[in-house]
Amino acid sequence: MNLYRADLHMHTVLSPCGDLDMSPVNLVNQAASCGLDIIAITDHNSTLHGPIVRRLAKSKGIMVLYGAEVTTKEEAHCVCLFDTEEQRMVFQEYLETHLPNIPNNPDVFGYQVEVDENDEILQEIEPLLISALDVGVNQIEAYVHKLGGLFIPAHVNKTKYSLISQLGFVPFDLKCDALELSLHTTVDEFKAKNNYLKSARFIRSSDAHMLSQIGSAFTTLQMEHRTFDELRKALNGIDGRDIIQ
Amino acid sequence: MTVADIVTALNLEVLSGAKGLQREVTGGYTSDLLSDVMGFADAGAVWVTLQTHKNVMAVASLKELGAIVLVKGFKPEPDTVEQSNEEEIPVLGTDLSAFEITGKLYNLLNQ
Repeated sequence: MNLYRADLHMHTVLSPCGDLDMSPVNLVNQAASCGLDIIAITDHNSTLHGPIVRRLAKSKGIMVLYGAEVTTKEEAHCVCLFDTEEQRMVFQEYLETHLPNIPNNPDVFGYQVEVDENDEILQEIEPLLISALDVGVNQIEAYVHKLGGLFIPAHVNKTKYSLISQLGFVPFDLKCDALELSLHTTVDEFKAKNNYLKSARFIRSSDAHMLSQIGSAFTTLQMEHRTFDELRKALNGIDGRDIIQ
Repeated sequence: MTVADIVTALNLEVLSGAKGLQREVTGGYTSDLLSDVMGFADAGAVWVTLQTHKNVMAVASLKELGAIVLVKGFKPEPDTVEQSNEEEIPVLGTDLSAFEITGKLYNLLNQ
């Protein structure tokens, strides 16, 4: 078995709150200099920057997962991850169908731009990406799993926009591949305060909005090699694959 | 005042949990953050919210709330209805916004 360093939650310039330095090129260079083996591109309610980051990261030997930080109807943020371009495209359509058409005001929320490998702007995204979808958390979880993806409620320790702040506690019937903690707490500290989650599985991710935050929290995963299926097993603790904090 | 009295006075729709209509109401609380309700709502309160997830019922049960009022025509999810009937805590509905129904409820409870 091998150990891999994974940061499975970060934003790019596509997110209105993402720093303008968070271009795909800069992000990949920073991830490489932090020694990350696996990253996930999780902009708010959009997967659009996944493919370019994956292309750019290839020469650095970094595995890139497609994904998004989805805002559920309850306004709980959940990281949804995918393997293939086909899955990404289907999920992107799902996001666009369920996101309300409220225009972004860049002066208030920041710019939402898709860029290429030269940092040239390809398009500005019109609808505000930090709005909530019109579907509930259980339905989104079921849809992600139907597509073969991974479902990880984001920063559950936070008092804003987390599953626990919005819904009081993690719903018992929600099938989470892991729960994400922010860099502000540790697994032991969080479990001590949330006894009902003592057998839940946790990862820590950076939720980087600025370059310097990439890799500021990460998770070490024990797996045979770097594939999506191995990652799923590691998160769920199957066949000797595991989360090594 | 009972939940049934409030239903009549404010013209609310009983969406589920009708067996609990005789529960006693002693106050109210308006919030869409369930963590906040868990921390701060008092037993016997009518809870005004737009959240429809099943966890709403778990929180209402834990805090022994009188009833839940869903605003703006929102409807409870099927498993929320099921649990409301089991717990006998009514889920009520109104087309009014949280601001409007909270004002009416406040006046009614403080008459």
